[in-house]
Amino acid sequence: MAVVLTDSSEFTIAATNGLCVSPVDAEAVTGWTLKPEGMCRDDLCVPLTGDARRDGNVDIAAFWRTLGHPVVSDRPGDVWVLGTAAESRATALSGLEAPDFTLPDLAGVPHTLSAFRGNKVFLTTWASW
Amino acid sequence: MPVWQQLFDSLKTENFAIVAVAEESGGADAARPWIAQANPSYPCLIDVDHRVAALYGMVNVPQCVWIDEAGHIVRPPETAGSTDHFRRMDPVTRTLSAEDQAARAGARTAYLDAVRDWVRTGRHALDADYARRKLPRITPDMALADANFRLGIWLRRNGRPDEATVYLAEASRLHPESWNIWRQAADKNETGLAAGPAFWDRVQALGDRPYYPPPDLPGL
Repeated sequence: MAVVLTDSSEFTIAATNGLCVSPVDAEAVTGWTLKPEGMCRDDLCVPLTGDARRDGNVDIAAFWRTLGHPVVSDRPGDVWVLGTAAESRATALSGLEAPDFTLPDLAGVPHTLSAFRGNKVFLTTWASW
Repeated sequence: MPVWQQLFDSLKTENFAIVAVAEESGGADAARPWIAQANPSYPCLIDVDHRVAALYGMVNVPQCVWIDEAGHIVRPPETAGSTDHFRRMDPVTRTLSAEDQAARAGARTAYLDAVRDWVRTGRHALDADYARRKLPRITPDMALADANFRLGIWLRRNGRPDEATVYLAEASRLHPESWNIWRQAADKNETGLAAGPAFWDRVQALGDRPYYPPPDLPGL
């Protein structure tokens, strides 16, 4: 089993040879679907390199790198982070639409930034450290 | 946070919201005492993985983003009322001169006045081109730093602090301008604050560069 951390979620899935996972898990984690032509989302398909597809499974770490996103794992290879590329983030910011997020309050109740539309919003950060 | 509550109270009749985010890998337990003391009536969210900092390219706290009614950024991240006067604190007594205390309080007031001005009149909102130019530049190293940070924080929260140190140090190496990353990694000193000798050395190493870059607003 491997733990896979994406920007907003954590998955525990069966994995072999690094991060080779079933097509179902691959889709749950990445949002991309394994098809004969590669990994597909909406109208876009990204071909997989030879060793990224094995016995019907897909190496989502290799796929994620193909997309240009950062991938980091611990030494034993049982915890993986699939990050977001600088370019994707910069593109999101340059439209000036405030990147949306959902985070819990102290009681665990989730709040979503975009729910405050219609107000001027003062988004502020702080920390105890 | 009591300051944000006063700001919120003074703008109650406007369409105005404060969303406060604790960049806090220690989670709700680490943030709770501060929130309990301030007893805020606006939402205080807990951001264990510093996701908001990553999304907006923030490198320190407190940093703020001003967002208009349509959900557009009208002021990219900037220091929210804090100043560098603390760097001139007496190292033994940990106090500021009366003059610096007054200047610090004045800067905070000027910042809060600017927020009120924006909420009531729209002033200080930057036009789109200027706002875009002021956006932080997100580099591949920063993106890789955030991935390392995410892994380090996960390991630390899951009982693997020694391994965590490696990834947190790598995150800081890749993104040295991020005080958020460095201080969160260093927060385990005796006071719970990442403000030990290593912090002061790092501040000193800034030289002429600011720790809290002043926002481009009147009186600041």
